Amino acid sequence: MEATFRIWRGALGSGTFADYRTETSDGMVVLDAVHDIQATQAPDLAVRWNCKAGKCGSCSAEVNGRPRLMCMTRLSDLDLSKPVTIEPMQAFPHSRDLVTDVSWNFRVKHQIKPFTPRTPDAADGTWRMQQEDVDRVQEFRKCIECFLCQDVCHVLRDHHLHEEFVGPRYLVYTSALEMHPLDTQERRDELRKAHGIGYCNITKCCTTVCPEGIQITDNAIIPMKERVMDHAFDPIVKLVGLMTGKVAGP
Amino acid sequence: MPTWDTIDHDVLVIGAGGAGLRAAIEAASHGVSVGLVCKSLLGKAHTVMAEGGVAASLGNVDDRDSWQVHVTDTLRGGQYVNNWRMAELHAKEAPDRVRELEAWGALFDRTSDGKILQRNFGGHRYPRLAHVGDRTGLEMIRTLQDHGVHQGMDVHMEVTVVSLHKRDGRVCGALAYDRERGRFRLFRAKAIVLATGGIGRAFAVTSNSWEYTGDGHALAYHAGAALQDMEFIQFHPTGMVWPPSVRGILVTEGVRGEGGILLNSEGRRFMFDDIPEAYRTQTADTPDEGWRYVTGDKEARRPPELLTRDHVARCIVREVREGRGSPHGGVFLDIAWIKTHLPKAAEHIRRKLPSMYHQFKALADIDITTTPMEVGPTTHYVMGGIRVDGDTQMSSVPGLFAAGEVAAGLHGSNRLGGNSLSDLIVFGKRAGEHAASFAKESAALEPDAGEVGEAVRECLAPFDRPSGENPYAIQNDLQRMMQNQVGIVRQEGEMLQAAEALRELEARARRVGVTGHREYNPGWHTAIDLAHLLTVSEAVIRSALERKESRGGHFRDDYPEKDPASGTINFVVQKGPDGEMHVRPEPVVGVTDELRRLVETFK
Repeated sequence: MEATFRIWRGALGSGTFADYRTETSDGMVVLDAVHDIQATQAPDLAVRWNCKAGKCGSCSAEVNGRPRLMCMTRLSDLDLSKPVTIEPMQAFPHSRDLVTDVSWNFRVKHQIKPFTPRTPDAADGTWRMQQEDVDRVQEFRKCIECFLCQDVCHVLRDHHLHEEFVGPRYLVYTSALEMHPLDTQERRDELRKAHGIGYCNITKCCTTVCPEGIQITDNAIIPMKERVMDHAFDPIVKLVGLMTGKVAGP
Repeated sequence: MPTWDTIDHDVLVIGAGGAGLRAAIEAASHGVSVGLVCKSLLGKAHTVMAEGGVAASLGNVDDRDSWQVHVTDTLRGGQYVNNWRMAELHAKEAPDRVRELEAWGALFDRTSDGKILQRNFGGHRYPRLAHVGDRTGLEMIRTLQDHGVHQGMDVHMEVTVVSLHKRDGRVCGALAYDRERGRFRLFRAKAIVLATGGIGRAFAVTSNSWEYTGDGHALAYHAGAALQDMEFIQFHPTGMVWPPSVRGILVTEGVRGEGGILLNSEGRRFMFDDIPEAYRTQTADTPDEGWRYVTGDKEARRPPELLTRDHVARCIVREVREGRGSPHGGVFLDIAWIKTHLPKAAEHIRRKLPSMYHQFKALADIDITTTPMEVGPTTHYVMGGIRVDGDTQMSSVPGLFAAGEVAAGLHGSNRLGGNSLSDLIVFGKRAGEHAASFAKESAALEPDAGEVGEAVRECLAPFDRPSGENPYAIQNDLQRMMQNQVGIVRQEGEMLQAAEALRELEARARRVGVTGHREYNPGWHTAIDLAHLLTVSEAVIRSALERKESRGGHFRDDYPEKDPASGTINFVVQKGPDGEMHVRPEPVVGVTDELRRLVETFK
């Protein structure tokens, strides 16, 4: 059967929806429809994609208003009696058609202190780690960097606080580093200050859209918030800070 | 007047999958300035799709493993037309490269004593693949990416290279365009590493994404470098076959490593019916022995589902051709059956194969813990590529290096699963190291501006033909032709027709037209990629016609047996002074008495 796809066309924020009708078949996903339209009706339709199997996180867009991977959104789950709207992600600057400029994400990641392992302590010059110790970090490392969690986060999407808040993706990334069994780096101060963890008011929108099913809020952000608070308001830490401050004073 | 920006690096790495990232990290560590060009965003390259694991003889699960066994497995899998030197270096260095990933933050699955866990895979005698569930490639690319960006390198995202430029016989520049704005950039570099991956997009059914159009192969060829083994293409036995829109998407060999079995429509485990002589003594006699093998019994031999990929793919094609296929033209891959052996099997499958569980559930409405999957062969990997020196990874063009899938030699006629991820890090490192020393010893040379201008004009020409041929249609026709006539089962008549058809496609490509602007225009990008696809397709056809035998990823109906004389040569493709493609045989490289003795010992 035929269906209508209402796709945002335009550049740098300005544009309009254009309707395309195309034949649909068993098992098709939204990205298939976009490709069919591109191959036969709109060869210059800009769309970013790679693996088409939900593993690379390139084809993020908003389908009927909801942030999703186009390659994992089956047409059978949508109401095809109405036009299917496909728009670019809203939390990032628009480039062209369905493509947005996501470079901010790469710059943010670069600011986070990298993995810093402790000295190898096994006889063979490596480390020993138990599966249960790596399990919780492996959950965070499933992230495919589709940036859908960033797109849906109201701190970024509605309040545009990109300069003050790193967003759920980078709180997950920081959690993976902080909970890594070998890591020795200290990131709590910057989490609280430069990276703005306090802006998150745990509405869990990010968790809802994560195509990897990562429990972003419960398993990454809330434990990080607790660590940051314990550290910042720990009376002993404060006392030591005051004392060393005095000792180091003029 | 064509215009472009100019950017200088000592070493330019083209391609940002595992090999490119590893090369860039290594080059940067030698104190040279490094540029890394990605065709997509950083971290999206095909390495991300690798599922099963990275092969290295760590011996954590079975201490009988060693580099000596690994090299003989690799040579047996490649049926001895490998570059033996590369197979040796790879087996020796893979364990250190894997441990290095751990030091950079990778978190592999663990053994009960806290070491890196290793799993069974086709053609590997012992459990050898370090892994993270079935998303090992993601772990690897993310580790390299997150480590790499702090090592000092300039990353150029969504930039596609269209031509290489030489001066005095040495490579000195690469012309590229950026997708977002469609502007040209000339990278001047003292050494260039190609790490562009494969050519899967030359075929209709493939596990490869839009990027894999043979860019590096074609760039090197046109720069005068020799290619080899282009007839050897790996059709992975298990791709999804239904629904149509997911046809070709990979189903990891890890499913079989965890005990998955292949069944035909009669419910027969057909892999027991045809076991090649070279593997007879290593293969289980009974289903029971096969199950004991995958559950870690060191006395048991591997089940026939874990024979090499070329063989398994052909057995599946045979079942389908003889009318014993599944409803959608594949066979059944069943992991659910392990419940007869294992309590809590469903939970075990979800834990060991999480992304396969997710992929089938989401895309095909199939629960693999209860229902068999339908699978069939998919174009996965090209063993052929740029002919390189085994130690330095330099091509026949001075200053031009290659690593990973775009380089040839390590895998011979057939790659073992898991040997690709290790290939990337072993030879990525070597290419980066030698490119850095080459750059240090070389002065910068200036690409010829006239030549660069001509290349820019050629790229823009399709805009002058808005009503020209549709680039998507030409690509589609090429893919169908290659799939049908140069696919898993080949014969001379069909390949000669393919060579003819290629001439027509080339003529159509010269008339290709695009509409719209230069900014992020996929129609234009497809038109530019066509030239690369046509070049590599010709190399595949020409080499496949020359190899008059069946070996590994090259099977000929008209020459179904192995020919011993062909087992000591590689076919080399190079552009002649006449501008035409020439194919010649060259003796296999790197064979030593020591390696011969090892092959005998571990037969």
